Amino acid sequence: MSKLPEIIRRNEEQIRAAWVSQVSSAVRRSDLMSDREFQGQSRELLTSIVEGCESGDIVHLDSAAWGHARELLNSISASRATQGFKTSETATFVLSLKQPLFHAIRKELASSPDALFDELWNATLLVDKLALITSDSFLASREQFILRQQQEMLELSTPVVKLWEGILALPIIGTLDSARTQVIMESLLGAIVQTNSRVAIIDITGVPTVDTLVAQHLLKTITAARLMGAECIISGVRPQIAQTIVHLGIDLGQIITKAKLADAFALALQKSGRTVVKSGNSSPALSAKSEPAKER
Amino acid sequence: MKSLRRETVPIKNSSDVVAARQKVRHWAQELKFTLVDQTKLVTAASELARNTLDHGKGGEMSIDVVEDLSRTGLKLSFEDQGPGIPDIAAALRDGFTTGSGMGLGLGGSKRLVNDFEIHSEVGKGTRVCVVRWK
Amino acid sequence: MERIPILRMGNFLLVTIQVDMHDRLALQLQDDLTQSIAEWGSTGVLIDISSLEIVDSFIGRMLANIAAMARVLDAETVVVGMQPAVAITLVELGMSLSGVRTALNVESGMELLYELRGNFRPESADEISQA
Repeated sequence: MSKLPEIIRRNEEQIRAAWVSQVSSAVRRSDLMSDREFQGQSRELLTSIVEGCESGDIVHLDSAAWGHARELLNSISASRATQGFKTSETATFVLSLKQPLFHAIRKELASSPDALFDELWNATLLVDKLALITSDSFLASREQFILRQQQEMLELSTPVVKLWEGILALPIIGTLDSARTQVIMESLLGAIVQTNSRVAIIDITGVPTVDTLVAQHLLKTITAARLMGAECIISGVRPQIAQTIVHLGIDLGQIITKAKLADAFALALQKSGRTVVKSGNSSPALSAKSEPAKER
Repeated sequence: MKSLRRETVPIKNSSDVVAARQKVRHWAQELKFTLVDQTKLVTAASELARNTLDHGKGGEMSIDVVEDLSRTGLKLSFEDQGPGIPDIAAALRDGFTTGSGMGLGLGGSKRLVNDFEIHSEVGKGTRVCVVRWK
Repeated sequence: MERIPILRMGNFLLVTIQVDMHDRLALQLQDDLTQSIAEWGSTGVLIDISSLEIVDSFIGRMLANIAAMARVLDAETVVVGMQPAVAITLVELGMSLSGVRTALNVESGMELLYELRGNFRPESADEISQA
């Protein structure tokens, strides 16, 4: 049984004071955190470490007794991440607990070198593990932040345009992966509902390559739109894309594809029962006459 | 993964399947999942609950609110003591079958969630656990 | 036992699904609809699912079955009002419901049915009755 728990308990205040004072100013970052906050954080953390040690198990830090300490380490890490601390600064903060701990251990076990060695080893293992918890936690919250930003960028990059009454255009720029497809589907379907559209033109001029995966994503999007009563036309199919599609054996089924957006638009107008006629005026302005769908 | 809250509901008949769906919807709403994510999770629950009933001869579903580092999620576990699944790989492959087949249940549900785990032993039973993270 | 009501509008049948259906209720609807189509000689069926927040593979199959059975009885089926989240989920699930016609709402759905099966429009409310 490790003597570490009782050593820490007996010397708690000295350890804490030594820990706090010896955190170098570089790591302390008083520009980012007030003195009171810092004192509070260290006191709470040391108390939770004592709590964990009381369980007697200083090896398995995922047990319930260490729950409080883990929680604290995670929240310290997360809040420091948003405050602008570097991950090494937070880890160093925890690691600098070693020296005061070692002092306390040497004080208590000076006369028994073997026990001294054992407890030093236990202490170093413990503090290393605690520091690693903060690193993992820090990285996790940064990743979450980056994911959120990516999400925002995705949403901004898929505009849906209303070309005419009941006709939408969705220009896709860049590659189409599964995350992007989800966002595109949501935007498109939302727009279909809002504008009561029956035709959506998906323009893929800005999509560099169309392989089987991209085709699958396109098909998913088109199927989702169809479930809501809207038909899709793919436009912007470059000759090379047409070749790739054939080479890969991709089956687009009933989906109509056009090379030019203009042709797709003309087709869309036709499908919604409209024709474009030249008006009799001297200015060759285009006017689109609307004809209701013919009844049989 | 740490479980913060847990609730278990029986799946013994088709009304239980409806009740299970509504329970999952309630929890997903409470955790403020987006509408699409809610719908995906509830639909997966419906598929898996139905499997538990039809193929597993009845069982139970547990809902856990789970936490992993800095993210929160909802974990659903479906357990039965039914005949088990002899060929899991085949069951996961999409196939549209009527009657007692798995149909789109397993393979489809897998696509609706983030984490998917299945254990099954012929003659002993099946357990399927899925997680959707916020 | 509870049943989902089927309304008759001239030659068309209108069904609005507003409850979270359990399996028996869904199968009952399938039966009732095919019965009604045969009995009334209906040429069109409109199924409004705008209140359904969940459509899983069972309900999806039910819709596909209804469309197929109606076709055998020479009637067209249009499913209207699928919610966006539901559509996205169905597609992810792997269901395309390719044999089922769809429209955005009841109005568009009716227009589509008239296009397909051109019929008289009900002039008065008397024409609308419970099937």
